[in-house]
Amino acid sequence: MLPDVGTVRDWLSQVPDPEIPVISLTDLGIIRDVEWQGDTLVVTVTPTYSGCPATSVINLDIEAALRARGIGKLRLERRLSPPWTTDWITPEGREKLRAYGIAPPVDGTAADGRLAGRVARLAGTSNPVIPCPRCGSTRTEKVSQFGSTPCKASYRCADCLEPFDYFKCI
Amino acid sequence: MPSLTDVMTADADLTRAPGIRTIAALGAAPENAFAEWLCRMGDNCLILGHRISEWCGHAPVLEEDIALANTALDLIGQTRLWLDLAGEVEGKGRSADTLAYLRDAAQFRNVLLVERPNGDFGHTLMRQFLFDAWHIEMLRALQSSADPRVAGIAAKAAKEVAYHLERSADLVIRLGDGTEESRARMQTALDRLWPYTGELFMGDAVDQAMAEAGIAPDPASLRAAWDSTVAEVMATATLVRPGGTFQHRGGKQGRHTEALGYILADMQFLQRAYPGAVW
Ligand SMILES: [Zn+2]
Repeated sequence: MLPDVGTVRDWLSQVPDPEIPVISLTDLGIIRDVEWQGDTLVVTVTPTYSGCPATSVINLDIEAALRARGIGKLRLERRLSPPWTTDWITPEGREKLRAYGIAPPVDGTAADGRLAGRVARLAGTSNPVIPCPRCGSTRTEKVSQFGSTPCKASYRCADCLEPFDYFKCI
Repeated sequence: MPSLTDVMTADADLTRAPGIRTIAALGAAPENAFAEWLCRMGDNCLILGHRISEWCGHAPVLEEDIALANTALDLIGQTRLWLDLAGEVEGKGRSADTLAYLRDAAQFRNVLLVERPNGDFGHTLMRQFLFDAWHIEMLRALQSSADPRVAGIAAKAAKEVAYHLERSADLVIRLGDGTEESRARMQTALDRLWPYTGELFMGDAVDQAMAEAGIAPDPASLRAAWDSTVAEVMATATLVRPGGTFQHRGGKQGRHTEALGYILADMQFLQRAYPGAVW
């Protein structure tokens, strides 16, 4: 008997993200669809960043996990739109990130490429506040708009003095 | 690797390239204008992505090194999306890899701006800003493309490019409105790159065919928004917009500067020396 899609989603919730293994693929919100087409299981995945090197590893991991559960006929599909957003990271996923030392994304702060407000912001103090994932302090500052992977920016905390990654909002 | 002769005789090569005509000689749109246009989008991302990846291990500070490498990674990811679609639309079985590694200079369709050498860090950031300010407007317009595949890629890429633009604008402002030395370097970069910006807004028969099909905007229609972004950032950066009106052109039609030959020699070496190598 073929397992129902709820069971398959459950299995996928145990597949870790290859770059940030504390969160799963379902926490990340990149599994867009799971369905049976006849006796073929179709899993639809959306990429996080278009150049993210983890994308092909993620597909391999999905296939390996489902084969290990006895899924014989499997097809992976890529869906580009709507584009992935950090808004899809689950509340549980955000807590796991924080506990791991990565500040989760602050929703609604994605770059929109409109510079009118940006130029004013550079001179002012209205940048979003990113609380330190270690001590909770809001006295933090951005070190770089990019970090160790495409999805992160680098910050440091002025209270506990620790550097940390921020999962940037996209 | 393309020889210098290939580059010097780009026009002659154009007529030999499959599916590609010398556009000026055609009243109507060239055959397969859609694939041609997709190569322009993909090649801009590919060549600029390759250019800024040259900074890897060489940037002035670690954070900037990482930032440039990540921007390059985004652009190479976008290249794959555009060139895969170009290969699909062209219908001759060419993949993004084939298009990237096995075409010669005269078959590349990127604007001349993105193949300009990196120069110093400020020059690289100025080139990035001038391109990003155009790229974001192009991707915004493409999100309402009549072709859903184009709209999908544009929506994905626009999120990444919005971030690139914020970063390059921030740094142009910081360096322009910085020390005497940094300001002088940024003004020199702007003066040198300015004659390469006009090509972004020059349309030809391919662009006209895309606009008529509702697939892409008329390039000239992006000019006003670009002008206003550039004016605002330059004013804050205390830099002066150059007055000259001369503008280079030809990259979109395959007539490149010698700089592209060196990029391809580097980028394509492995596939040329060991055809079909995989690992
Ligand atoms: Zn702290």
